[in-house]
Amino acid sequence: MNNFETDVLIVGAGPAGMAAALELLKLNVGKITIVDRDKEAGGLPHLTDHIGFGMRDIHRAYSGPSYANYYIKKIKNSTIQLLVETTVTGWDSNNKLNITTPSGLGTITAKAVLLTTGCRERPRTARLIPGSRPQGIYNTGALQDFVFEYKKLVGKKAVIIGAELVSYSAIHTLRKAGCKPILMTTEFEKHQITIPYLPFKWWSSNWFNKVPLEKNCKISNIYGKDKVEGIELTNDKTGNKKQIDCDTVILTGDWIPDHEMARLGTIEINEKTNGPLVDGQLRTSNEGVFAAGNLLRGAEPSDIAALEGRHVAKSISKYLEKNDWFQNRIKINVDEPIKWITPNAIELNSYNLPLNRFLFRVTDFMKNKTLKIKQGEELLYSKTFKLIIPNFSQELSGEWQNRIKGISPITITLE
Amino acid sequence: MENENKIYDVAVVGAGVVGTAIAQELSKFSLESVLLEAKSDIGAGTSKANTAIWHTGFDAKTGSLEQRLLSRGYKLLLDYVPQFGIPHEKSGAVLIAWNEDQLNSLTGILEKAHNNGVADVHMLTVEEVYKLEPEVNSGALGGLMVPGEFIICPFSIPLSFATQAVLNDVKLLLNFPVTDIIEENDVYTLSGSGGTVKSKYVINAAGLNSDVIDRLLGFERFKVTPRRGELIVFDKLARNLVNHVLLPVPTSITKGVLVSPTVFGNIMLGPTAEDLDDKEATNTSTEGLEFLWKKGEGIISKLLDEEVTSTYAGLRAATEHSDYQIYSHPDKRYICVGGIRSTGLSSSLGIAEYILELLNEAGITPEKKTSLKSVKMPNIGQKEHRPYETEELIKENEDYGRVVCHCERVTLGEIKDALHSPVPAKTLEGLRRRTRSMQGRCQGFYCSADVNEIFESETKNKNVETSNE
Repeated sequence: MNNFETDVLIVGAGPAGMAAALELLKLNVGKITIVDRDKEAGGLPHLTDHIGFGMRDIHRAYSGPSYANYYIKKIKNSTIQLLVETTVTGWDSNNKLNITTPSGLGTITAKAVLLTTGCRERPRTARLIPGSRPQGIYNTGALQDFVFEYKKLVGKKAVIIGAELVSYSAIHTLRKAGCKPILMTTEFEKHQITIPYLPFKWWSSNWFNKVPLEKNCKISNIYGKDKVEGIELTNDKTGNKKQIDCDTVILTGDWIPDHEMARLGTIEINEKTNGPLVDGQLRTSNEGVFAAGNLLRGAEPSDIAALEGRHVAKSISKYLEKNDWFQNRIKINVDEPIKWITPNAIELNSYNLPLNRFLFRVTDFMKNKTLKIKQGEELLYSKTFKLIIPNFSQELSGEWQNRIKGISPITITLE
Repeated sequence: MENENKIYDVAVVGAGVVGTAIAQELSKFSLESVLLEAKSDIGAGTSKANTAIWHTGFDAKTGSLEQRLLSRGYKLLLDYVPQFGIPHEKSGAVLIAWNEDQLNSLTGILEKAHNNGVADVHMLTVEEVYKLEPEVNSGALGGLMVPGEFIICPFSIPLSFATQAVLNDVKLLLNFPVTDIIEENDVYTLSGSGGTVKSKYVINAAGLNSDVIDRLLGFERFKVTPRRGELIVFDKLARNLVNHVLLPVPTSITKGVLVSPTVFGNIMLGPTAEDLDDKEATNTSTEGLEFLWKKGEGIISKLLDEEVTSTYAGLRAATEHSDYQIYSHPDKRYICVGGIRSTGLSSSLGIAEYILELLNEAGITPEKKTSLKSVKMPNIGQKEHRPYETEELIKENEDYGRVVCHCERVTLGEIKDALHSPVPAKTLEGLRRRTRSMQGRCQGFYCSADVNEIFESETKNKNVETSNE
């Protein structure tokens, strides 16, 4: 049995986990262990072979793999213990986790646990897309793994479902694999790209080979016996159906946090984000357990996840030093058209936030809407937004937090 | 290539749960048998997509052949399942009545169960229903408990049957659709795109195509109408919501859907029942999935808050007759095993035993082999320890400590085993069924490229080995 103790155990060696480990090292918290179930550390950027990583955390433009390698190298040259091919299988107790490794089973006991297990795109089945089950349907994650890791070809003609950041990343991957992106589709009236990512969109789908965008539609059927032969799109507004011939379908976006470990640890999950309920210090409901990165709500760019990793490192360090946990937290409730907000809990008199802001998302394009934050009948804050884009996080400052009185819940609406 | 001049004693057409069960039974005797399968894997038709319940036969039509073989098959599986390591759990089933009509039919069902020899079936009060199933919707009026119903791994069963058959010298020929049958000098020649096989006796266990084979042998007595059943499988994190198989109460007007745990630790909702013409129509439909969603909402609405892991559709081999279509023709050396609708898994061993009796009656009385080879099936169920959680196994071979499919915790060791077993996976689909890799909540987002790579490199190695022989 590989049983050992550590001060901080980080589950998941993606950008958030690795950045947190390096920050914890600076803060001198003691022994830091980071485990990953894959053969290599790096998380999703490892598979995303195009430029655009690292702008906000290391202030340079890297490709996904070189960005991942930047962190891996720093970790390997440090005293941080990095264990790959190590699968955390469950919780033995609140601070003790069970692991499976090629050298046997084991447990790791830690003073603090940080979950940075990331997120994934909902598969075809979870989206309840009907039809047959042929080969040729991929999420962006699997597509990139096939193309970049194993140099495999996919098909010749692909339709990309989605028009958000990751969808344009998929276009790039398809071109590398010699597969022609013939169409993108979105259920919204427009693509969901804005500053600072517009050049990336232009570069992916406008400048070289234009990829048309079918708007206001959903994929409503998949055809093909062994291989994909085509799909059906249904227009949400008119109900019109349209058949498209293709041999590859890429299902992008529709992120869900990989919250299995959190749930197995009976950590409270926020029903809106599907990630752990966390406060500004990224503390979960269970003492000594923290969460950061895309586990909190689905995909933000890697550099954002890394910056959250740095932020949570400070909270962990503070916890290890003072050993105090929150007493009472106020939950932030949101209603449609707000999809979720993160962080989604507040501890009185503790108002620092990751990157000094909340993030929220909406269900559709919104123009000239006023966001109101209330505690009971008391209006704490209001702000009018000219334009809010779905599938893209909007920032909300936390200055209103010091107007909170008592611990009754906070409600945020957008009207 | 198969030696075209060899004459087998018995050819079984169809390697689904029924055909493989018969083949396994035949393999216990000194007979030369061949098992022919049209698809590239055993159990790849009706047998792979069903509700995975091992039925007691409590609600089968009393006195029917189906009821008799179901009852016998249920008992035979009680010995078989632990012996060969088939993942199973004795969950029991609960029928919940949601309206007066359903409540009134429970007494009749209870009576039928007792008539069918399933003596432990009993009524439940509303309080008892909620004690057993605290998470179901409010509004239940009462229920019926069937303690003997099991959940089982639907694929391990035919795989085990086929494996034991092959180990004991039954020849398995895959990709061998039978499209032509000629009889000459008391020998049948069965042929198709996969080649030609000669046999003295033919057993038709061709499932969805059993009517086609029956016609090739000169009979016109039933037509298989594929009945599509769509299913939704929910995330393992939903497993604690349901304790028993929640069976619908059949009434004269509606046939409901069931909610059931699976041996893999998921919750299943389904099936729909839709008669089709196309024997390949295993696609899901908007209407079917919407129907199930609504039904699920009516039984246990909390379930719908959980993520969906998978959706699929299976085809049941329904005919215009309510009972099994089993006919023996000693003069023609032919047995037809058709119309095994949706109870095939539970009755498979009962059917196989019955077929042996029919062969004996027809004058075929082979000697029983004195010793038989057997292997246990790998455990892919959640109840017993899986390789990733078994220290001794990992110490023996570290590949059992290398998790490849993270959602289902399938290790490299298990994948390699499935590619080199007596009835190995020949396709990625076959590998999925044998190991559960890529069957979990991410449906291959993380592991499909890795699994594909292992599949290609391992099967390539194997081809090299074969050519060296």
